[in-house]
Amino acid sequence: MPRPENNPGAMAIDHDVELARAGANVTGWASGLLFQVRRHPLGAFGAVIVVVFVLAAAFAPWIAPLDPLATNPRASLAPPGSEYFLGADFMGRDMYSRIIYGARISLAVGLASTFLGCLFGIALGLMSGFLLGWVDLAIQRIIDIMQALPLLVMALVMAASLGPSLENTIIAISIPVIPHVARVIRSNTLALREMPFVEAARAQGMSEVRIAVRHVMPNTIAPVIVLATAQLGSAILTEASLSFLGLGVPEPHPSWGRMLSESAAEYVRTAPWLVIFPGLAISLAVFGTNLLGDALRDILDPRERS
Amino acid sequence: MPDATAIAEETAPVDAPAAGTPVLEVEGLKKHYPIRKGLLRRAAGYVYAVDGVDFSIGPGETLGLVGESGCGKTTVGRTVMRLIEPTAGSIRLKGKDITRLPKDEMRPYRREMQIIFQDPYSSLNPRMTVGDIVGEPLLVHGIGSRKEREERVAALFDRVGLRSAQMRNYPHEFSGGQRQRIGIARALALDPSLIIGDEPVSALDVSIQAQVINLLMDLQEEKKLSYLFIAHDLAVVEHISHRIAVMYLGRLVEFADTRTIFTSPQHPYTEALLSAVPIPDPRRKRNKRILQGDVPSPVRPPPGCHFHTRCPYAEERCRTEAPIPKRLSPGHVVACHLR
Repeated sequence: MPRPENNPGAMAIDHDVELARAGANVTGWASGLLFQVRRHPLGAFGAVIVVVFVLAAAFAPWIAPLDPLATNPRASLAPPGSEYFLGADFMGRDMYSRIIYGARISLAVGLASTFLGCLFGIALGLMSGFLLGWVDLAIQRIIDIMQALPLLVMALVMAASLGPSLENTIIAISIPVIPHVARVIRSNTLALREMPFVEAARAQGMSEVRIAVRHVMPNTIAPVIVLATAQLGSAILTEASLSFLGLGVPEPHPSWGRMLSESAAEYVRTAPWLVIFPGLAISLAVFGTNLLGDALRDILDPRERS
Repeated sequence: MPDATAIAEETAPVDAPAAGTPVLEVEGLKKHYPIRKGLLRRAAGYVYAVDGVDFSIGPGETLGLVGESGCGKTTVGRTVMRLIEPTAGSIRLKGKDITRLPKDEMRPYRREMQIIFQDPYSSLNPRMTVGDIVGEPLLVHGIGSRKEREERVAALFDRVGLRSAQMRNYPHEFSGGQRQRIGIARALALDPSLIIGDEPVSALDVSIQAQVINLLMDLQEEKKLSYLFIAHDLAVVEHISHRIAVMYLGRLVEFADTRTIFTSPQHPYTEALLSAVPIPDPRRKRNKRILQGDVPSPVRPPPGCHFHTRCPYAEERCRTEAPIPKRLSPGHVVACHLR
């Protein structure tokens, strides 16, 4: 066992470095962000991916070099190169531009359906866990029904009866999110409603609705954020699969899923870039949201803040 | 079943610091939890958590409520706070019967009584700043402007020995003792007359226990607070209480001022509890009267005197007949056939 004085390099503690690692010199918004980035490098990586996709979606008309809908018969199945950065599909549409515009669809569907699903899931879960009794029983049965409906069948019915559209795709994808969120919120609510701090609020004469919103809901947010980011990834994936099956976002919107389905069967050998790049876009988007979600959970839970 | 009114008559404050109407009067308080079974959820039996308890607390007085875990003392505290609905009996706060008040009518009376919890960790919402936690009762009752509330919270922080600069911190940034001070500040926010302490120091280190108890006693002197101090540790209760009620399996077995309880306990159960208090002197020995067995189930309390199954002096009539509380001297009531 080397004594500290014999081995100064290994034992010496640089207090400035240790303090910085513990977040002592976080003074404002920027240094706080930098501190979190250092602590969660993977999360920062995920955040960068998500930010890139969000920027691509927001500024698509300025970033995309060509019109994603413009066909060019002479460029049919053009390989990646100087003219078509990621190649062109069989109609001669620029893949790079289509993937950039596709980010709009994926993110819009992913965010909107996750938001809708969480909104209803939180409301149902809170009511169920807090009011108990027949309300709980009724909500639980509704949730069972929701879970029993297969997503694809529902999307098919919605597409058949209402016509495939962006809105219907969002609603169809949001419905299976509801039971997940509601179950997590309910079980958390059941535990939280017995906590002494809830009793303290009751002892003060606080109304039950206010207790649910002020004391119970904020304490269920951490699992919901983790769930929501996981759902965001899977919603993007679901949109891709629905579009792959022709049940999702209709033409002419460029959707990553449909781009895959249009080319997977016929061109995977002859023009693999038509399959690789949309697939890569989907994987990256899902990967990024999952990394970001894990980091957000660690950061947003104040009990783990030090 | 002990005569419900007997103890109430006998427990008019003997040496309560101030006279006048008691802050809290509890009579014949019962809480029976139904055990539901079967398809129709019919009550198959009851847990007799609290089975007829009477006491009163005068202004500026501390009543210590002691007993083993599971004897129903916490249920008494929660029922008095109307966090649990009583099965029977009456609760009067400053002379006003609050037993059956509906929720919204109960609200103004909540300003008069507050509760401090045992666990300093789970009693503070981890997602609120401690300033918001302490200021919340003011918000609920719509007291003061935002600025006034903030000033009041700062004053409360100061009073319980915390720096008002810490108001913006979260509960996890405080130690157990500091958290309990935050809980005390929250209970004080509405300026109540009665504070129920549900084992408020049991989860703290001994040195911190003393600090918190001293803080509670200082506050009592300053604000003429009354305390219902629930604990299982007689040594802690001795220091803070004016009078002590000993509870066993849902009933009070002995009720007297603190000195009487400690110098001449009359109930065998009180004797046993006292002999379990450690003496901080290794050379002194004490005849330990260690109770055999466990507390019987409150689902099927023993007939007669609840304590007869563990009582070293139990006689035939203890097994069949419930003892009626007897007044031995002014303010000293015992429920035992042998006294």
